[in-house]
Amino acid sequence: MSDVTQKGLIRDAGTAVDTFPDFRNLGVMTRALLWVNAAMLAVAVIKADTPGRFLALLLESAAYVEPVLVGTLVVLYLAQPLLSRVHVLAALGIVLTVEFMLNLAMYEIAAALGEDAGIAGLVRAWAFSVVMTLFLRAYFQLRARAFSPALAESRLQVLQARIRPHFLFNSLNAVLSLIRKDPKRAEGALEDLADLYRVLMADNRSLTSLKDEIDLTRRYLSLEQLRLGERLCVDWQLEQMPSDALIPPMLLQPLVENAVYHGIEPGLAPGVVRIAIARDGDRLSLMLSNPYHPDHQHRAGNRMALANIRERLMLQFDVEAKLEAKPVGAQFEIRITMPYRK
Amino acid sequence: MSAPLRILIIDDEAPARERMGELLADCAEECPHTIVGACANGLEGLAALSRDAADLVLVDIDMPQMSGMEFARHALNLPSPPAIVFVTAHDQYAVQAFEVNALDYLLKPVRATRLAATLAKVAKARGDTPPSRELLASIDPHPRRHLSVSERGRILLLPVSDILYLKAELKYVTLRTAQREHLIEESLAHLEQEFGEQFVRIHRNCLVARAAVRGFERVAEDEVEAGWAVLLEGSEEKLIISRRQWPVLKALAK
Repeated sequence: MSDVTQKGLIRDAGTAVDTFPDFRNLGVMTRALLWVNAAMLAVAVIKADTPGRFLALLLESAAYVEPVLVGTLVVLYLAQPLLSRVHVLAALGIVLTVEFMLNLAMYEIAAALGEDAGIAGLVRAWAFSVVMTLFLRAYFQLRARAFSPALAESRLQVLQARIRPHFLFNSLNAVLSLIRKDPKRAEGALEDLADLYRVLMADNRSLTSLKDEIDLTRRYLSLEQLRLGERLCVDWQLEQMPSDALIPPMLLQPLVENAVYHGIEPGLAPGVVRIAIARDGDRLSLMLSNPYHPDHQHRAGNRMALANIRERLMLQFDVEAKLEAKPVGAQFEIRITMPYRK
Repeated sequence: MSAPLRILIIDDEAPARERMGELLADCAEECPHTIVGACANGLEGLAALSRDAADLVLVDIDMPQMSGMEFARHALNLPSPPAIVFVTAHDQYAVQAFEVNALDYLLKPVRATRLAATLAKVAKARGDTPPSRELLASIDPHPRRHLSVSERGRILLLPVSDILYLKAELKYVTLRTAQREHLIEESLAHLEQEFGEQFVRIHRNCLVARAAVRGFERVAEDEVEAGWAVLLEGSEEKLIISRRQWPVLKALAK
């Protein structure tokens, strides 16, 4: 059991490029169908000397090729669990054997219908299958190779977005500075850090209450306050807020973190992060603003956090949620409206 | 036994400065030193260096107004520049550049043992030539916000946004602000590379601040042909545009 999971993990690491394609995936199926049909079309174009002959040739070869192609794909679909477990070359051997049998069956059927193509016809048909199979194998291998670095890269980005190294190491450093002279405060700060990371690392798919999200954000802000001291001022405007509203988790905290990173840290003078949340009928609105430093836009990460939050809002509320982010005078403002759910 | 190392700490976060002070106290026995100051940003740091000389500056990279990198580039203009060790919590790009160029750096949270080793290394290398300005310029990913000149042992900072034009003359570059002129020891080609967004070349030997361009005027360049000159905001001077650069500036005028 543990062996199986380990193998799964290793395959999951995105390094194993030379694996059998997943024939239960619609994209893989479609690509195989398209390539084989394109090749068939090409052969018909080359062989045909008149337009009328082209159609006849195409129909003739389709009658032969399509059953073999579809039959092979059905077998691949059914045998996917087996094929993905054995060695790639063994899987390839199985596929070629299946294709040979299907070709043989087609040959027998054709012969029974009085269309005997002879042994040469059978060999030609099977050769076409072999060439297409090897071509598709090379194609899928190249494709996997082309996409796997991108996959690894995007996983790394997701991971880094969660761990937030800049914040983590600076916070740890601030806590270290407290340990000798104010151990109580250091304890509190480490507890906040633990709480924050527990949520960061959690599977954040179900909705959370607005109250919990605000508690989390307060914990985060107390850590930032430790580092930045009086440079960070926070203005909460929550009088009109319905605490029972349900929102996607990690919606507010990353936005506030952005506000601190882009609005407070680059400034010499103290700055204000303003957070206003209110209910407006059946809508919930969030407004966040921070000082805008246009010459500090090189700080990375802003777009990604915003894109991620927009995506999650879309996923949850589709077109009913809206996120706007833009500079307004000397402030950078983010406005979100979404349905009020409880 | 040599004199104790004089150390200046620069970090925009107060707890980080305190922590560094504590760690330095921990290594005091192994490596005798005195802390000459703790500053909250690069500007304060340069002012402190003008008052009290230091042998070593421990400087955070990510700071408001002036990054640690820019601070280092200005500090090198001092008659006897201090050794500089960069401190960072997380900056993969910078760390890679430090490794490649064998520059000293510390990662936050800093360990006392690592700090002691760095201090020992700096104490041993005291008086060695510091890294060149070109090297620091090549690893600094952002243009500076100030240019600096050394005047009587002090660093004079000139905000890039105050500069009207930069003109190459023999070994130096003349830097003109609305108030006065300064000579800086940098190459016009490097300046153009670094400040290409803010400045435009009007002549083989001259870069003009885009924001300072008030307009253009036709002037008699020589007896044969008439040319164009740039009119500047806040100055009566007219700067001749070379025929080669005129199309570039004409496009800007639109």
